[in-house]
Amino acid sequence: MTGMTSGNSFLPIIALLPFLGALVPGVMVRAGRTACASFTALPTALALVMLGLLAPQVMQGEVIETRIEWLPQLGLSVSFFLDGLGLMFAGMILGMGLLITLYARFYLSADDPMGQFYTYLLLFQGAMLGIVISDNILLLLIFWELTSLTSFLLIGYWKHLPEGRQGARMALAVTGAGGLAMIGGMLILGNIVGSYELTDILQQGEAIRASEWYIPALILILIGAFAKSAQFPFHFWLPHAMAAPTPVSAYLHSATMVKAGVFLMARMWPVLAGTEAWFYIVATTGLITMVLGAVIALFKDDLKALLAYSTVSHLGLLTMLLGFGTKMAAAAAVFHVLNHLTFKAALFMTAGIVDHEAHTRDIKRLGGLARLMPVTAALGTITALSMAGIPLLNGFLSKELMLEEAAHTVWAGSHYAVPVLATLGAVLSVAYSFRFIAHVFLGPVRDDYPSKPHDPPLGMWASPALLAMLVIVIGIFPAAVAGPLVNVAAGAVTGESLNVYLKLWHGITPALFMSIIAVAGGFVLLALHRPLDRVWQAAPRPEAKAIFDGLVNGLTAVSDRVSSGLHNGAISRYLAIFIAATVAMGYIAWSGGGLGAPTREMLPVPAVVAVGWVLLAVAVASMVGLHRQRFQALVVIGIIGLMVSGGFIYLSAPDLALTQISVETVTIMLLLLALHFLPKETPCESSPARRARDGAIAVTAGVGVAMLTFAFLLRDVSVISDFHLANSYTGGGGTNVVNVILVDFRGYDTYGEIIVLGIAGLTIFALMEALLDGPAARRLRNSDYSNDRSRDRHPLMMVVATRAMMPIAVMVGIYIFLRGHNQPGGGFIAGLVISIALLMQYMASGFAWAQARQKIEYHTMIGLGAVIAGLTGAGAWLAGKPFLTSAYGYFDLPGIKKFGLGSAFLFDLGVFLTVLGAVMLMLYSLSRIARFAGETVNVEPMDYDPSRRVEAAQAEGG
Amino acid sequence: MELVIASAVGIMTAGGIYLVLRLRAFPVILGLALLSYAVNVFLFASGRLAVDAPPILSKYADATYTDPLPQALVLTAIVISFGMTAVLVMIALGAFLENGHDRIDMEREDDAENGDASA
Repeated sequence: MTGMTSGNSFLPIIALLPFLGALVPGVMVRAGRTACASFTALPTALALVMLGLLAPQVMQGEVIETRIEWLPQLGLSVSFFLDGLGLMFAGMILGMGLLITLYARFYLSADDPMGQFYTYLLLFQGAMLGIVISDNILLLLIFWELTSLTSFLLIGYWKHLPEGRQGARMALAVTGAGGLAMIGGMLILGNIVGSYELTDILQQGEAIRASEWYIPALILILIGAFAKSAQFPFHFWLPHAMAAPTPVSAYLHSATMVKAGVFLMARMWPVLAGTEAWFYIVATTGLITMVLGAVIALFKDDLKALLAYSTVSHLGLLTMLLGFGTKMAAAAAVFHVLNHLTFKAALFMTAGIVDHEAHTRDIKRLGGLARLMPVTAALGTITALSMAGIPLLNGFLSKELMLEEAAHTVWAGSHYAVPVLATLGAVLSVAYSFRFIAHVFLGPVRDDYPSKPHDPPLGMWASPALLAMLVIVIGIFPAAVAGPLVNVAAGAVTGESLNVYLKLWHGITPALFMSIIAVAGGFVLLALHRPLDRVWQAAPRPEAKAIFDGLVNGLTAVSDRVSSGLHNGAISRYLAIFIAATVAMGYIAWSGGGLGAPTREMLPVPAVVAVGWVLLAVAVASMVGLHRQRFQALVVIGIIGLMVSGGFIYLSAPDLALTQISVETVTIMLLLLALHFLPKETPCESSPARRARDGAIAVTAGVGVAMLTFAFLLRDVSVISDFHLANSYTGGGGTNVVNVILVDFRGYDTYGEIIVLGIAGLTIFALMEALLDGPAARRLRNSDYSNDRSRDRHPLMMVVATRAMMPIAVMVGIYIFLRGHNQPGGGFIAGLVISIALLMQYMASGFAWAQARQKIEYHTMIGLGAVIAGLTGAGAWLAGKPFLTSAYGYFDLPGIKKFGLGSAFLFDLGVFLTVLGAVMLMLYSLSRIARFAGETVNVEPMDYDPSRRVEAAQAEGG
Repeated sequence: MELVIASAVGIMTAGGIYLVLRLRAFPVILGLALLSYAVNVFLFASGRLAVDAPPILSKYADATYTDPLPQALVLTAIVISFGMTAVLVMIALGAFLENGHDRIDMEREDDAENGDASA
């Protein structure tokens, strides 16, 4: 690492492009499949170009860094860096992304929702890209989890297939659980180093390896990486993920998803590698996975399953190389990552073409395709030979390097264990590669293919053809084509610049003999395949999916039992537990901390307050006692509200008193309306013991709250209110500080609150609409409420009195609204007062009569209020201030100060309208239910109107 | 005075909690209303008590003012708690009309099959 470049803005853009691009395909799919694919390719291509612009610097050994602070308190920043390793992976991800986009355009059928596919693909690509260029490990973890989520969507893309859904779920469970382990490991690592920046962590290898937390961190991180890279014993998810469409398999299992684990091991190599623990865990796991995957692959008849297990085997190879811990082995791993990408992606695509054309992937039903689809056969053969490690193809080179490293690795004192097993892996690899060629393309042409195969259109074989070309070019001119990139990437892994000579001929080395054995052994195994297959199929072997399903079912059953035991639908029990727990926690907090001496004197208690207290206490007691008689309880709750309002007045809170008393009125009307439909009495259901228990909980909680209140009332605390008092007039332009806080200082809160209130109103309306569509409507129509009704529902006295009071009440409301900024009042209270005035009309003259005279819909009023308040807030932008905060500024110019006043007034108008609309909509909804209950519609304001008789008499007389 | 307020908050809390723990929707709603009084007074009291010191700025004298901030917060809380009460009432009403009872505890699945859902 010779130099660092910082402040480059390309990197965040590269990371962001796929996510932005993911928005496009869903829209573009209407323009046709080709347009959709082209627009998917666009962000990928753009990111690739930017990467290309950065490449020359990186190839010279520079590290490009960029950093944006996000949550510095957590050590989380959006920081990216690009070194050789990142460049190689980013290039693979983007380049393969383009090829896959092209291939998928032709692979997916017209019935598949293509927009969704490309959206998922771009999201996944973005997540992968994020992993390889993240500098902050917390950010890396976020992207890591994102790959699990997006790959879930991709694997389960064919939602109608149960295998697809199950495979996706399994992949998510395994890689997601691994991700959780990794989070733990990464956090430990960050704690050891004291920074979450990878560039810092990579400098601290010595400290980390010396730390006593090294082993836990190593194990946790490796679980994450092994789960992602399908290492034994987590390998089983990968073959099941093959239920995905082939483009997904080709992308996930060659260049991206499964390589993420390998990438992470390579990334962490300078920090974690080089210890015994690393060697024995990583190299051994890799070795086992390599051999096991290759054995299973040999006996798979499904083309994609064969390739899946071969991928498992090759991932094992990479893991083993990284596990060796030597620099040359790491370099070989980096080289093989590149080679494996080229031949495996092409092989997956070839398998996809065969499946697409012949309508089967079963090797036993194929054969002889070389004559029918020569292009596909040529591509498949070249890439499969590379997989086998045949000279002049790139797979040979990295396999040589691997065998070379394996040849001189000592495992637990044994000089033979690793070389022999590695050779065995190579033999098996040759065997299944040859089988892929021989049993699919060679042999006689058959006449029983499910569909007559022929070569696909150019678009479909162009991608594998390009990859096959790379296979050959790298195979023949390794040093020229891949050398620089491999060197710089390997340099990034090992932390010092390497000079790996990639060449065809290494002389007579042990590796050469091992290769020769491998090829010869492969031929023998292929020849013996039929009898061996019979033995294999007959032999009992553990089925991973059954074990996994059993495990998942067991866990689900346990969780189900636990949660249905705890969560049995008894809401009153949850509430009791919740309250008791809260009281207990309060007690623990109370007993844990000391309490200082009181600093405030008690205020005197005048007689009227004492009377009020007694009234309140008696009212609460009678409410508890009377709660079964619901109407009585409602009357009593009105008394309590009144006493609370009185208390507010006495204790210098006129605004609160006004609000409380008007809310009280509206609440009681609402409950009265609701009680019309509900049972009038509560039956006695709970046992005395239960009542005693509830009483004990309630009294304990009450005593606790009283003590808490008493404790803090006698002690002073520093407050921020002095600011509000000092700036209310000069900054907010009003003398009623409470109102200025509502509309100015904390206008944002108020804005949120009126929106909540508006939503509550609309929710009630929606609930009512849903209710009147369902069985409740029938029940309402069939219920008989006639006994509840008064004979004189709209009495003359009340109609006339409310009619006369209407203008007075409205005037009071407007007055309260206008003076609100300087005197007690304001939009909230005015809204409530006016709604009471309107409700009086509803009550006196009936719902239908009043509704017919209602000009503005209440929904509109809510919306209008929110819009006015919002626009007023946005108006602050015109003054160059942030949303709703203009009043914080001090404006000495007379004109602007006046503007400030106006803006608060308008905001309060919005509050007023929303409150009015919401309250009215709520009561309106309840009244509509009454209409359904068979309430008659009155067209006249009064049931008995004396003026009618006068008119009638006059008509008779005249 | 402090004792009066503290005990009033305690009484309302106790009454509210007792009612919240009942088995029918209506007393639970009443209990929540009572509990919201208690919470509002509690929050209001966190600004400490003061008599004859409303936070209305006076032009004439250096008056003392009580803490306006809890008042502003409680003012919106009162309105919002009304909105929430209204939603609860509507849900309770809906549940009653759909099921024919206003019990708040859900029936166990095995009971529900032969329960009075059709009543």
